[in-house]
Amino acid sequence: MAHTKKKTAKRSNREASGVHDERWLHFYRQMLKIRRFEDEVNQLYLGAKMPGLAHLYIGEEAVAVGVCEALRQDDYITSTHRGHGHCIAKGAALDRMFAELLGKEAGYCRGKGGSMHIADQDTGNLGANAIVGGSAGIATGAALSIKLRGTDQVAVCFFGDGALGQGLLYESMNMAALWRLPVIFVCENNQYTEYSHYRETTAGDVKARAAAFGLPSHSIDGQEVRTVHSAALDAVARARRGEGPSFLECQTYRFHGHHVGDIDRAYYRSKSEEEEWKSKRNPVKLLAEWLTQNKLAGAAVLAKIEEEISTEVKTAVEFALNAPFPPATEVSEHVYA
Amino acid sequence: MTQQSLAVEKSTREITFGQAIYEALAEEMRRDPTVFVIGEDVAEAGTPFKVLSGLVREFGTERVIDSPISEAAIAGIGVGAAMTGMRPIVDIMFGDFITLTMDQMVNQAAKIHYMSGGKLKVPMVLRTTLGATRRSAAQHSQSLHAWLSHIPGLKVVVPATPYDAKGLLKSAIRDDNPVAFFEDKMMYQLKGMVPAEEYLIPLGVADVKRAGSDITFVATSSMVHVALDAAKLLEAERISAEVVDIRTTVPLDKQTIIESARKTSRAIVIDEGYERYGVTAEIASVIADGAFYHLDAPVQRMGAMDVPVPFSPVLEDQTVPTPEAVAAMAKILCGK
Repeated sequence: MAHTKKKTAKRSNREASGVHDERWLHFYRQMLKIRRFEDEVNQLYLGAKMPGLAHLYIGEEAVAVGVCEALRQDDYITSTHRGHGHCIAKGAALDRMFAELLGKEAGYCRGKGGSMHIADQDTGNLGANAIVGGSAGIATGAALSIKLRGTDQVAVCFFGDGALGQGLLYESMNMAALWRLPVIFVCENNQYTEYSHYRETTAGDVKARAAAFGLPSHSIDGQEVRTVHSAALDAVARARRGEGPSFLECQTYRFHGHHVGDIDRAYYRSKSEEEEWKSKRNPVKLLAEWLTQNKLAGAAVLAKIEEEISTEVKTAVEFALNAPFPPATEVSEHVYA
Repeated sequence: MTQQSLAVEKSTREITFGQAIYEALAEEMRRDPTVFVIGEDVAEAGTPFKVLSGLVREFGTERVIDSPISEAAIAGIGVGAAMTGMRPIVDIMFGDFITLTMDQMVNQAAKIHYMSGGKLKVPMVLRTTLGATRRSAAQHSQSLHAWLSHIPGLKVVVPATPYDAKGLLKSAIRDDNPVAFFEDKMMYQLKGMVPAEEYLIPLGVADVKRAGSDITFVATSSMVHVALDAAKLLEAERISAEVVDIRTTVPLDKQTIIESARKTSRAIVIDEGYERYGVTAEIASVIADGAFYHLDAPVQRMGAMDVPVPFSPVLEDQTVPTPEAVAAMAKILCGK
């Protein structure tokens, strides 16, 4: 994931000339990896092998991958309760993620965080957050830290449309704008704040809220990874140049429920609406079709990727299922540093 | 008071509590470039209490950062900066306003180290105030340190003297955990002897501010002085009171508290937070557990009255423990 500046420049030239390398195949692999990881998480839940719940990212893969592929390893992200996709896209390994979801010692947080709190310092992931909008200040603080330390890192704050109801977000955007901090606010608008359509909870134009603070603010198709990536590259480049924060509203959709147990959803959204998104706006499928149409990958290549990921997921989940729980004595460790 | 006696031998001078805070901040900022201050009117204004006046001249607006009136985000920014290599000092003007920082302090700062399995750290300090009797009414007079003391993962400091304030604040800044530092706003002009040389006071070590044999007053912050004044009043009654200043509610130096209560066999716990479910209850239970068989009287608690702090002086003055009230309670416990 770490690209040197030279590589990035070279890539942009290629992009401009319309020549594509294997990068989009890598994007495809990353998105499919998230999809299959989440499928397996759902199975772990249904099979009663996973303690608690999980909030699946299926349907939103293009946002995490499109944005994180514009980042370096030393850039920061803050994530949400629906955070598995961000972790994987930022470079986390599936085996340690599964281990965390199962509460095992080998997990990223030694089993102490679980699905909603995975953090991975090595890939710049400052952590998922189970408080909606709770990480807006943290991401902005990381950006202030970047500015004070004088590095050219950036911070990305992922949050859902539900977080648009939180005051912290606007307090943070205000300071990010005032101090031109290198933070990118990425709103994953998956249309539903839990069990309510966001239009029932959110007045006015979403991107106008950020624009009011002077942030470059765009509402984009979050199902087209190339669109997301292009917007993210612009925002990241701008932040690295010291020109300050920006805001992206990515229109997306969660194919599953609010969490794995949210099976009966008819009271807040229709089956036909879900089918429409799944059949026509499936980000993994959209990229596969584009790759095929542009002869960047044939069916055989895509099948091979599918098979490799299937093996990776299977190996990872087996590792996690067989991994030991933390020792009971660990309960009172790490309360204080 | 060995630390203090040692210090006296070196060059000491009398400075105010506010100056002690300033010196601690300035020294740590000189020592460590990752330390910075963020808060409302902390730079040119030097805070409404003028405690930080001059700091921005030495360290510039990059390290003494005036923020909007956005306590939640200031705290959140502190958390994020602390997680990524800085040591922020978040200034929350009035302790009453920590209510606005609660998610960031309670759900974020306090839990990040634990939730990450020990990988991430949040070395930040939240400086704020406590204390009534300033005629500031119900939203600018509370002592809410018990709120944060309740949360595992946070440390809480409640200094009572310039000497303690300086040494404890320096330790708080160097601590790798989130630390809430409560300063009694009525105490900023209080003077005391402070060494010119650098010193640190570890968090979690109580200080016996006055030795005595008949009764123990365990006190915090502003109430240490109330306890000391009460002890003086009791001299006339031939009651010898010991005053234990816990200095930090978390970590709590249980041993010093228990040893004192065992020695004197009576105890009153005095704190300016609300009495109900407060710091006094916690410490009283520590004494009950650790000194039960040595006690000659039930442990008594004296906190702020369980009412919103009223504006009218006639009303407000009733809400906080006074030396006279503490002395009266002590006399009852001592059977005099």
